[in-house]
Amino acid sequence: MIRARGVGRRFGDKRALAGVDVDVDHGDFLLVTGPNGSGKTTLLRLFAGLLVPTSGELEIRTDRGRVGFLSHDPLVYRELTPLENLDLYGRLYRIPERRERIGMLLERFGIWDARSEATGDLSRGMLQRLALCRALLHDPELILLDEPFGALDAQGAELLLDELRRLESERRTLVVSSHQPERLGDRPTSRLALSPA
Amino acid sequence: MTGYLADVTALARKDLLVELRSRDTVPAMLLFVVGALVIFHFALPEDSSRLAAAGMLWIALLFTALLALVRSFVAEREGTVIDGLLLAPCDRSAIWLGKALSVFAFLVFAEAVALPAFALFYEPVTWELIAGVALANVGIAAVGTLLGAMAAAARARELLLPLLFLPLAIPLIVGGVGATLAEDPARYLGFLALYDLIFAILSWASFEYVVTE
Amino acid sequence: MLLIAGLGLALLWAPEDADQGPSQRIFYIHVPVALTAYVCFGWAAWKAFRLLWKRDERADLESYTAVHMGVIFGVLTLVTGSIWARISWGVWWTWSERQLVLFLILFLFYSAYFMLRYSTEPGPRRARTSAVYALFGAVLLPVSFLAIRLAEQLLHPAPLFNRDGPQMSGSMFFTFCVCLAAMLTLAAALYRIELTGKRVDARLRELREALT
Repeated sequence: MIRARGVGRRFGDKRALAGVDVDVDHGDFLLVTGPNGSGKTTLLRLFAGLLVPTSGELEIRTDRGRVGFLSHDPLVYRELTPLENLDLYGRLYRIPERRERIGMLLERFGIWDARSEATGDLSRGMLQRLALCRALLHDPELILLDEPFGALDAQGAELLLDELRRLESERRTLVVSSHQPERLGDRPTSRLALSPA
Repeated sequence: MTGYLADVTALARKDLLVELRSRDTVPAMLLFVVGALVIFHFALPEDSSRLAAAGMLWIALLFTALLALVRSFVAEREGTVIDGLLLAPCDRSAIWLGKALSVFAFLVFAEAVALPAFALFYEPVTWELIAGVALANVGIAAVGTLLGAMAAAARARELLLPLLFLPLAIPLIVGGVGATLAEDPARYLGFLALYDLIFAILSWASFEYVVTE
Repeated sequence: MLLIAGLGLALLWAPEDADQGPSQRIFYIHVPVALTAYVCFGWAAWKAFRLLWKRDERADLESYTAVHMGVIFGVLTLVTGSIWARISWGVWWTWSERQLVLFLILFLFYSAYFMLRYSTEPGPRRARTSAVYALFGAVLLPVSFLAIRLAEQLLHPAPLFNRDGPQMSGSMFFTFCVCLAAMLTLAAALYRIELTGKRVDARLRELREALT
């Protein structure tokens, strides 16, 4: 599903990523580790198609609409409610039975009660859960999670682990970056360790 | 096709809601445009011609438009929220169209106040003026949205956007003032329509290149 | 390179030919310079188009250099135009001279181009954004010209000064062509030099990075 050969990315004069070779096949669970500044976020953004590499070759064999990306930024509009945010994305992704799916996800991640509050008022943990809803809303084939445990509390982390279990059982492809890989235990099928370029 | 229009509608709605709820833009625009019109009274000598008054109106509208344009990308700037839209399978040009439509709407709000104020302070408002304003709005919204995306990727965005925008706005001013004052406004209105057509198509087609990394 | 020197000499020799009076001579520089500027901006837009259409990354530097050349010649146009105005009519600036006004607008526009490049981080995005802007410039050119004509009719009626018509006798025309060729060659030469310089810079940067 993803093929990277010598992929690198520069921002101006700064090199964020260099010489990454990795293959991710259908159903794989790739764990990306590395200290701060090693380019984990950049790599995931490359996989998501938000960036193009400045060197090397990157092939992503899936449509844009089948990729779900959890970024550092929750990517939601502060002035809209969670419901409105998900409705917007639901429309853009052309999700069938949008309302049911949104309701289901909001409940699954425990934010159903906050669904009509202004998103700007939510706590960081709640925002992260909402962001997860957004990332998974369209039932993606390829799921990219950038430091997902970062903002979550214990309960949120549990919900996420449950979700990961479910996604694995559905043979989705997962790429997760974390600098706390212990949480995931043995689940990853492959690992990639990055070091600062 | 209907999918595209549905996307545009959803996006335009989003932009409108976000700005209306933030309660910053619309009041600021209204106050600014009225304030500008008042200032112009003190800047113009006693028996200034219609020409000067019309010119001043257009300048006021232009700078108010700049306010709206700078704001229309604030949400995007503050948190790179636009990534969410870029991830979605919708056409990038739909993002442009949705935004441009919302900018157009805000311009109309501002003009709904500015034109009556102008009529009150200076000169009656003619149909030609309204037509000119409407056409100019299209041009401003189209070009401004594109330039806003360009500036959003840069440092000093608030400074850059006016710099980029003003040269492109010159033909709009000519068309607008001409439509207001000339004996045959049709020619100027036609020019505005031409500008709108050319630059709207250009902006629509090139937005994708400007907004993606 | 020798060709440039040769044509440069032709430039100096040519005005000797003019027998219409000293004020006329500036025409031989002013108009070719203006035309050259147009060509540069057009070239920049072409390269910009190639960058966007064919994803030819190298076209970014080419487009940028062309804009730079265009601005240099644009400024020259403004300066020579101003001198001409001074000589012919005694004023340093006149709004009724369409070329001048057009170049003023273009100057503003392309100066903003540099601001844009300067404040955006280098990368594919900057290249594409600059390219789109350069394309807008090419479109703005005729649109502005139309606008200026319309504005003239409305706001600045009846040009006060007589514009010299392009009726040229044989020898004048020849001189004009030589000067035009000279200007174009000069532009091309400067373009080449600067482009090479920029490419070398870029290469150096790449190498330095590869080594660290």
